[in-house]
Amino acid sequence: MTRMDFEVVVLAGGASSNLSPLVSQELPKALLPVANRPVLSYVLELLEGSNLKDLIVVVEGEDAAQLVGGWISGAYADRLHVEVAAVPEGVGTAGALRSISSYLTANDVLIVSGDLVTDVPPGAIAATHRRHGAVVTTLLCSSPVSGPSDSGTSGGKEKAKKPVRHNIIGLDPTRQYLLHMATGAEVEKDIRLQKRILQAVGQMEIRADLMDAHLYAFKRTVLQDILDQKDKFQSIRQDILPYLIRTQLSSEVSGNGLVSSESGSNKSAVQDELRWLSQHREIAPSTFQDSQPLSLKSQRDDQRSHKCCVYIANESKYCARLNSIQAFSDINRDVIGEASHLSGYSFSAQNNIIHPSAELGSKTTVGPQCMLAEGSKLGDKCSVKRSVIGRHCRIGSNVKIVNSVVMNHVTIDDGCSIQGSVICSNVQLQERVVLKDCQVICHFFSVLYNLPTSWYGRKKCL
Amino acid sequence: MEPRRPPRTVSDPKVRQVGFVTPAAAPPARTVSDTAAMPAAGASQELPLSGSSLSPVMIPPPRHDGLSARVTALLPVPIAATALRLDNLQIRVGSYNQSEVLLGTPPMTSPSSRIEDAVSEFSDDVSASSLYGRTEPDKVGTAFPGRSGDLMPAKSVVAGGSIGSHTPENPPTASLVVKALPGITEKKRGMLEKQHDEAAAPKPLKEKTTKAERRALQEAQRAAKSAAKEGGGADPTNTKKDKVVKPTPQKKDVPEVAASSGKKVDRPLEKERKKEVLPLRMQFDDKHKVEKVKQRAIVNQREAKSRVEFFQRLPQYVHGTQLQELEAKFFQLDAVHPSVYKVGLHHLSGKITGGNARCIAMLLAFKEAIKDYSTPPEKALVRDLNAKISGFVSFLIECRPLSISMGNAIKFLKNRIAKLPLSMSELDAKASIQSDIDRFINQKIIIADKVIVRHAFAKIRDGDVLLTYGLSSVVEMILVYAHEHKKKFRIVIVDSRPKHEGQILLRRLVAKGLNCTYTHINAISYIMHEVTRVFLGAASVLSNGTVYSRVGTACVAMVAKAYRVPVLICCEAYKFHERVQLDSICFNELGDPDAILKVPTHVESYLYGCMDNDNLQLLNLNYDATPSDYVSMIITDYGMVSCNQLLIYCSVF
Repeated sequence: MTRMDFEVVVLAGGASSNLSPLVSQELPKALLPVANRPVLSYVLELLEGSNLKDLIVVVEGEDAAQLVGGWISGAYADRLHVEVAAVPEGVGTAGALRSISSYLTANDVLIVSGDLVTDVPPGAIAATHRRHGAVVTTLLCSSPVSGPSDSGTSGGKEKAKKPVRHNIIGLDPTRQYLLHMATGAEVEKDIRLQKRILQAVGQMEIRADLMDAHLYAFKRTVLQDILDQKDKFQSIRQDILPYLIRTQLSSEVSGNGLVSSESGSNKSAVQDELRWLSQHREIAPSTFQDSQPLSLKSQRDDQRSHKCCVYIANESKYCARLNSIQAFSDINRDVIGEASHLSGYSFSAQNNIIHPSAELGSKTTVGPQCMLAEGSKLGDKCSVKRSVIGRHCRIGSNVKIVNSVVMNHVTIDDGCSIQGSVICSNVQLQERVVLKDCQVICHFFSVLYNLPTSWYGRKKCL
Repeated sequence: MEPRRPPRTVSDPKVRQVGFVTPAAAPPARTVSDTAAMPAAGASQELPLSGSSLSPVMIPPPRHDGLSARVTALLPVPIAATALRLDNLQIRVGSYNQSEVLLGTPPMTSPSSRIEDAVSEFSDDVSASSLYGRTEPDKVGTAFPGRSGDLMPAKSVVAGGSIGSHTPENPPTASLVVKALPGITEKKRGMLEKQHDEAAAPKPLKEKTTKAERRALQEAQRAAKSAAKEGGGADPTNTKKDKVVKPTPQKKDVPEVAASSGKKVDRPLEKERKKEVLPLRMQFDDKHKVEKVKQRAIVNQREAKSRVEFFQRLPQYVHGTQLQELEAKFFQLDAVHPSVYKVGLHHLSGKITGGNARCIAMLLAFKEAIKDYSTPPEKALVRDLNAKISGFVSFLIECRPLSISMGNAIKFLKNRIAKLPLSMSELDAKASIQSDIDRFINQKIIIADKVIVRHAFAKIRDGDVLLTYGLSSVVEMILVYAHEHKKKFRIVIVDSRPKHEGQILLRRLVAKGLNCTYTHINAISYIMHEVTRVFLGAASVLSNGTVYSRVGTACVAMVAKAYRVPVLICCEAYKFHERVQLDSICFNELGDPDAILKVPTHVESYLYGCMDNDNLQLLNLNYDATPSDYVSMIITDYGMVSCNQLLIYCSVF
């Protein structure tokens, strides 16, 4: 029996275009290292901590699926029971779900994005979902403050240039029901709200400081029906969720036979239960108080409506999605910084992690909130601040690394200065390179001048 | 032995009514009955006294006399007769009233000897047991929840006897107890034993003292001594003199004294009592027990900081944290079936309230769980399933304390499971339990409600003004049913903060086209003038006729009594409980204390920021106990009964 009648699907994605320079065929998004651990491991360990050990991981692309599957079977061989499913690239989240939906059997499905780094217990969302008997429940968390929070050297600039985008989320006054949702990209000049919903609720709270964390609990039957009937739906966030929110008061869903088929496919015991309760409700309506505000004014629709609920994560919880390069460096910084309990490492007294096998030259300083993985060597007079340095890196003398992520097997020669950059595996930086806000992907690099911001790519110099 | 006293008058409080008793009410009545003017306090007293005893409420205009007379004539069980019969019956039944205690005592010659007698009663086990032989010790013993053991400082007394002797109504006992107990209770038993050795032989105060009396005197002296020690500078003789001299003045404020003694004494002695009688409920002021429970608790709940001293043994958590923690642990709870979990969350979040609804939801969840159940290898279904149900129940208790209706339903279910023949196959057994559950819901709740509605319908006449309090599913059904059958009547819905449940009822009734008046409980004495009948729901009816219901019910019933308006309690028989409860303190449920702080005003809140003040203690009780005096009749699915017939019904379940 599945635990609490919930099945878990992890959507690990493939080679995301948002992260295009960082991820590649060889390195799918799920395996992108965050504090020297694949990002997927954060989700898997969160689920494992919640006692959810039977998982389905969906990966886009056969090759990526093989890589992810290989990593999981190596790292979690005896801890988790994971099935890795490969879906063709570019089908979107809804498409990915569609391809595995026939395997789902439990009453509710928990869908987690593989790039989520959080410590919000998934049980909380599941329990909220169950408590309300909702069709869908999503986790909302406060939007991350992008850019390095305390060292304002860079990063903020990049963000500032873009138009400010906010997710618009409409909630009911009790903050339990989701009434409207529009992501930043969709929001144009004006927002359109459904009059019907507003009429039913009376009051809507519109929040721009919340973010959809891509952790959903769906009622399986409804999800399957939608996937079957609406084959144009590509994405959960852009298609399925708005559809459900839009139709939560109208009879459209039940008109399509979604809800009716849902109750039809339920077990007889549930019908039994309904019979008793409705019998009692019929004669004693007051014993079942509807805390649901929707029913107050539109009791006629009460029977047909379904509920879209939200679980708003506590402010103190950490919740972030690795969906952009900015987010990548932010999360890297946070995981070894403020949200250090997520990393799973034990920090030294200096509040940093230096693997015992790492070698430090004389007069080299490694500041707090840094991480040096095994086998890395630092030369003399180096300075590392708020950075993650991967395995087996060789770093020469007089190198400054601030707010950066250096992945595995990187060679950095003397006199380099790296700020706010991401340096991918196997890169070799030659003497006195100055990098600022760059992503360096592969091979050699030996330029002596300051690069403009956002200058990145597959550069091969020399 | 003195000849039997005349039966008690209506006004004689036979229960200690903490919180609802009007201070000036009881004592005059008692002085009358105590000071040998008993023959005078006859039947002539009964009604006038009851009216005057409720002094804070305005005395109703005389027109009600005619009205109540009419009502009395109409009702099958007239009020006055009820009260009288009730008293007679209850003496037999074993409720603790003063007259019974006095019956057993030898004639009172002087105040001091009276004290001795009283002391002898609760110290001498032989006499006590013989005295109370006719009561029903086993029933009373288990049924007496928190208080009874408190007052047995030195001797282990037979349970039935002890309870009778400890009733705070017994004036001599009460007054003595107040003096003696602070000392005794705060001492350990060992101390008492030591003193026992040291104690000098009793000086003969009187010529003729029985063995019991001597012993009693010894007890009293010991008590006085320890009290003096505890008190610091107080002279033992002084205290004793106080005790001896005081009885008459003290009698007048017995209720207060009793209350205060309860306050001081309650907790320390509870522990001693625990050794003898199994406590009905977890006592949350006992640190060891709390630690133990915490270890096996599913959810680590934070307890509220400042709690009202009276209610420290009841669980009180910081509201809001419970739900979050429970939700976060969703997947960790292996043993709890999802449907049970869902019901627990609904109970906790207040989505399902009301005794019937909670009970139905719980039973259906159990049914679901039983359907998914399969007996593990090498285990018997009967035992394993019962253990599993117990696990579910303890989970539900963590969500919210069980209602009495749920407790009865669980008892029924477990009984059914235990009685399954071992030879029965698993499938058959499961099917039979499931059908049992269905039958329980159908017979005991659904059909019972319908029957109650029919019964109550007969009591509604055209032109009636019916008052109801809060939200009761049965009462709502009655009102709707009566409306559908073309009765012409008006409804007064009385509501109270903080739940405002009456509004839900109001909305539904108004939508159905009933004529309603909505008011708050503060205005009850104003609105009661117009009312001809009061219909109230109940969480439970206890075997001494006490109605355990939503807090405020007692107040409504008392005012109705003062205005001679019949109070009809509608309660399904499955909610009856054989327990005896005297007040609403020993057994209650605490609600969210912050709920009463929130005053809906245009200003934020006047009390904003006060919450963390150490001087502030919040008390939000969920239930109260209405003494049977204030209840005219109880409408159950077995018909309409007066409180005194209850025990028969209780024994059925």
